[in-house]
Amino acid sequence: MKFMLAHRSDLPLDRDAISRFLPWLIAFMVYLACLALAGMLTLGAVAERWDTGISGTLTVQIIPSESSAAAPKEVRRIEAALDILRTTPGIAGAEVIGEDRIMALLEPWLGSIGGSGDLPLPRLIDVELKAGAEVDTAALSKRLRQAVPGTTVDDHGVWLDKLVRLLRAVEILASLVLLLIGSATVGTVVFTTRTGLAIHQEAIEVLHLIGAQDSYVAKQFATRALILGLRGGIIGLVLAVPTLMGIGVLAARMEAGLLPDFTLTPAHWAAMVCLPLVVALIAMLTARLTVMKTLAEML
Amino acid sequence: MTIDDNDCVVRFENIGFRYGLGPEILRDISFTLAPGSLHFLTGSSGAGKSSLLKLIYLAAKPSRGLITLFGRDIATTPRRDLPALRRRVGVVFQEFRLLHHLSAFDNVALPLRVAGTRENDIRKHVAELLGWVGLENHMNARPTTLSGGQQQRVAIARAVIARPKLLLADEPTGNVDDRMALRLMHLFEELNKLGTTIVIATHNESLVKRLGRSCLRLEEGQLEIGASAPNRAAMAAASGAGGAAKQAVGAAAGRPRGHAV
Repeated sequence: MKFMLAHRSDLPLDRDAISRFLPWLIAFMVYLACLALAGMLTLGAVAERWDTGISGTLTVQIIPSESSAAAPKEVRRIEAALDILRTTPGIAGAEVIGEDRIMALLEPWLGSIGGSGDLPLPRLIDVELKAGAEVDTAALSKRLRQAVPGTTVDDHGVWLDKLVRLLRAVEILASLVLLLIGSATVGTVVFTTRTGLAIHQEAIEVLHLIGAQDSYVAKQFATRALILGLRGGIIGLVLAVPTLMGIGVLAARMEAGLLPDFTLTPAHWAAMVCLPLVVALIAMLTARLTVMKTLAEML
Repeated sequence: MTIDDNDCVVRFENIGFRYGLGPEILRDISFTLAPGSLHFLTGSSGAGKSSLLKLIYLAAKPSRGLITLFGRDIATTPRRDLPALRRRVGVVFQEFRLLHHLSAFDNVALPLRVAGTRENDIRKHVAELLGWVGLENHMNARPTTLSGGQQQRVAIARAVIARPKLLLADEPTGNVDDRMALRLMHLFEELNKLGTTIVIATHNESLVKRLGRSCLRLEEGQLEIGASAPNRAAMAAASGAGGAAKQAVGAAAGRPRGHAV
């Protein structure tokens, strides 16, 4: 790594053992920070999509009559419900979910039974709302119940609310992880800088006695921290990219409709690329402040 | 703020100094150093010569008394103003205190880099001065590869490169032969003629007698001030190095000097 970002310094900071250790520690921090940031950004986007996407649909459930002999009557009930739905303002379309599809949805629980048989399966109508339209589900539900008794309307509100809340909690957790990583980075840089000050106390004293300002000495530590931070940050980012891509591929292969989409957008990648720079700047600022504070105690 | 250099370069008033809670090493020290004067500081080992110099180059604070440097009371000078004062003081440390990871060139260049001098000027003047102290072939050598005498010459070059207004030298000729000692003394003499106030701490009584300058003698922590008649003619006759010393001082004098504090 010596070829990366070489610089001249009056203090032999690059020879310290700590200079070899710090980039790898920062690389690890940036690696974890990349994963946490990616999680935070994708989950935020998923919660947003669920909020605006799934909430644009309703599901109407019609409980069947007790006797299978009443099949023509069932058809009339469904038609009546469809009539009401299609004439309600704000509804783009309503479609009855076929029995085959209902059986497919139930197959994981009931196994393959080759037809509904005598099972009193409810009939489901998938309702799509117009973009931006707001439908009074309570009023709609009342109208449907009056026309077709035993009908319920599900706007996914309870289910969706719980999921979104879960995602927001995970998002906050990822933010806390980022904050912890940042704090650990600051703590590490403070420790390494203080160690460097102790190791090079003699040389720093000579610099002082020939008229060096505190800022002259601090600049050498800050530059070193910036360079080591950048080196470590770039290594961490390089390791994080294939990891994130791997997670994305694995998530896509699972083909589970409800699992969040782990695809990162160009904006997400841009935020990720900025991480090493942000960490390096934090390291630089921390080193400078640590040196200035310590030297202020000298004569 | 400007400093009235005509007042005095250094003034000590009733200075006492001790390390920690130990006994007082310096007691009731009072003296002034006029601009452009040259003084020897003598005394037996452990008399407190290095401690006195430390107080002058602001590496330590007195336990009591008042120190004035370039007209400024050190006790009331804000810490942020001390570097500017220190840049006007060149110091040859007894133990050299060279930075071992830097070459001889970079060690000598340090005071100029700290003062923000341009690299082109640094290269020119440092090379010239190192040539004069006989180290032109050792510019890139690390101090650890140099002999004691060579290290001492690097330390002297570092102390004079920025043309200080006050030069403090702690045993500056302790590790060099008589010929080089005289050559270095000529360098100090030339700097002194250009207005630099010089204090040389030494055990070398013959050197003190030969130069015949004011002598500050420390004995048991107290200072006696003695005066001798100048003997520059004898000094000039002893060596033909005077002209070369002027040339070296020219090398050190070529850069702009900062006077603002």
